[in-house]
Amino acid sequence: MAQTITQKILSRAANRKFVDTGENVWLNVDILLTHDVCGPPTFDIFKQEFGPDAKVWDPEKVVVLPDHYIFTANEHAHRNIDLLRQFASEQSLPNYYDVGTDRYKGVCHVALAEEGFNIPGTVLFGTDSHTCTSGAFGMFGSGIGNTDAAFILGTGKLWEKVPESMKFIFEGDMPEYLCAKDLILQILGDIGTDGATYRAMEFDGEAVYSLPVDERMTLCNMAIEAGGMNGIIAADAVTEAYVKAHSSKPYEIFQSDPDADYHSVYRYNVRELEPVVAKPHSPDNRATVRSMQGTKITKSYIGSCTGGKLTDFMLAAKILKGKQVTVPTNIVPATVLVARALECETWEGVTLKKIFEDAGCSIALPSCAACLGGPADTVGRSADQDVVVSTTNRNFPGRMGSKKAEVYLASPLTAAASAVTGKLTDPREFL
Amino acid sequence: MDTIIQGKAYVLGKNIDTDQIIPAEHLVYSLSDPEEVKLYGKYALSGVPPEQGGLPQGNIPFVTEGTFHSDYTIIVAGPNFGCGSSREHAPFALQVAGAKAIVAESYARIFYRNCVDGGFVIPYETSVPLTGVIKTGDELKIDIEANTVTNLETNITFTLNPLGDVFSIVRAGGIFAYARQENLMAQS
Repeated sequence: MAQTITQKILSRAANRKFVDTGENVWLNVDILLTHDVCGPPTFDIFKQEFGPDAKVWDPEKVVVLPDHYIFTANEHAHRNIDLLRQFASEQSLPNYYDVGTDRYKGVCHVALAEEGFNIPGTVLFGTDSHTCTSGAFGMFGSGIGNTDAAFILGTGKLWEKVPESMKFIFEGDMPEYLCAKDLILQILGDIGTDGATYRAMEFDGEAVYSLPVDERMTLCNMAIEAGGMNGIIAADAVTEAYVKAHSSKPYEIFQSDPDADYHSVYRYNVRELEPVVAKPHSPDNRATVRSMQGTKITKSYIGSCTGGKLTDFMLAAKILKGKQVTVPTNIVPATVLVARALECETWEGVTLKKIFEDAGCSIALPSCAACLGGPADTVGRSADQDVVVSTTNRNFPGRMGSKKAEVYLASPLTAAASAVTGKLTDPREFL
Repeated sequence: MDTIIQGKAYVLGKNIDTDQIIPAEHLVYSLSDPEEVKLYGKYALSGVPPEQGGLPQGNIPFVTEGTFHSDYTIIVAGPNFGCGSSREHAPFALQVAGAKAIVAESYARIFYRNCVDGGFVIPYETSVPLTGVIKTGDELKIDIEANTVTNLETNITFTLNPLGDVFSIVRAGGIFAYARQENLMAQS
């Protein structure tokens, strides 16, 4: 029987040759990810259900990456870090990345890749909806709640309904003014915020395979914004090179069968697409930047698991080099490694850090920061009636802090171009 | 488990995301300390823009300011309820505030799983939009065995979609209770 890549990976995890869509199957989990917001309640449930002295099913497979509320004076947030630290110590978890030490990494989805936990063919669950980001590595990654995570902690297993797949094919050579963010916002505008609920979103086509790993992660990251269970891109030579550079673990590459069944297939020619934004207050509220040209903004924000990777900053630097921003602009590297790379990676002979500083941007410490608002003292948090152009993933009411603020989701090119003019601006004006 | 859920309706629109259900700044409170848990009740649905809360009239808060408990037991909403983040704090906050069931046109996957596996509130689906025929404050009665919801103000009964496979987890009270009952945890 023909299967999609997602079915094949779930078959492997269920010790089966074939799993059918719609079937509920028990999966053996390769990695469980958690962080400072959902880790403490997950550990509570684990102790309550399995006993105060219970041990997790496999300490090597539990990855704890605090990243949400890190650089804040909020006492409750500090307590959550203490609870992670305590559990990691009790359970002797080797993959705990403590805040305030040189082990601290930053935003979990990007750090997972950097630390070599993204392995093609494997199954990852995480207590964060953007766990789907890891699908960029030809693996299954999906978000779950605390109770499901506690169940995995004790058993190493979880039930899941095998999803139908939707295929999104991007043909043509990627133009320099388009980013992965434009592609995923294009899809969201077409299918809506529930267009892929309970389904896999598989990305394919020469334009997708021309993208670096960072950009593939952006595509898969926002699968959840369409309600998708997972986003996935089959591994190729680019993926293999990345995985080999970050891990020595064995991996298995799966491909969809040519005759596999799909719920639906969407085809795009990237040469016909243009830079887009998602207008307030929903990621599917798409408009071309051209049609919104001139909309005044009060802030530009370049950061998060979606838009705070090295490639995002390389793209922003292309536009910001030798220019001045006219609105407050936050540069928030996703991880410590990305932050370090800003100091050594260059564009036209100048480091990205210097380009951003000379342009008048403020560079923050790596964490989730204002992507989800956070405590009142969070860097870049929206206030009052801010109008923000942001490379993040959600623009729900109040998402970045203020309920009265408006957030336009955009690519790093568009966010940088708009920072320079103080208005929504098509990046083609600067390229 | 009770077979009847009766109480007042609180009506919302579509795409009620988890930031509206419990804004991210409140995710820092303990989910086990009884005093802090109350705060989840206090802030349940506090991220909903005021004019969109308590439809059709709007500007009706789910939880009266200064209190920790809602007067409303059943939430009625449009499609894609619970979209957004994986925070289990969302269905938990609704439960703490006193909600027992949601009747929506559809749900986001993680929120739905969290409701069921955590045993917080029962997520019923309706194929017929009910947000136009039920008003905030209407007294509703859900019959769990019959899979129906009745608006006691008008005496009109609507059929809900069957919970299917998930009903046994709902009846057990969550995934742990279900797994013990079915000996699934012993196998692992």
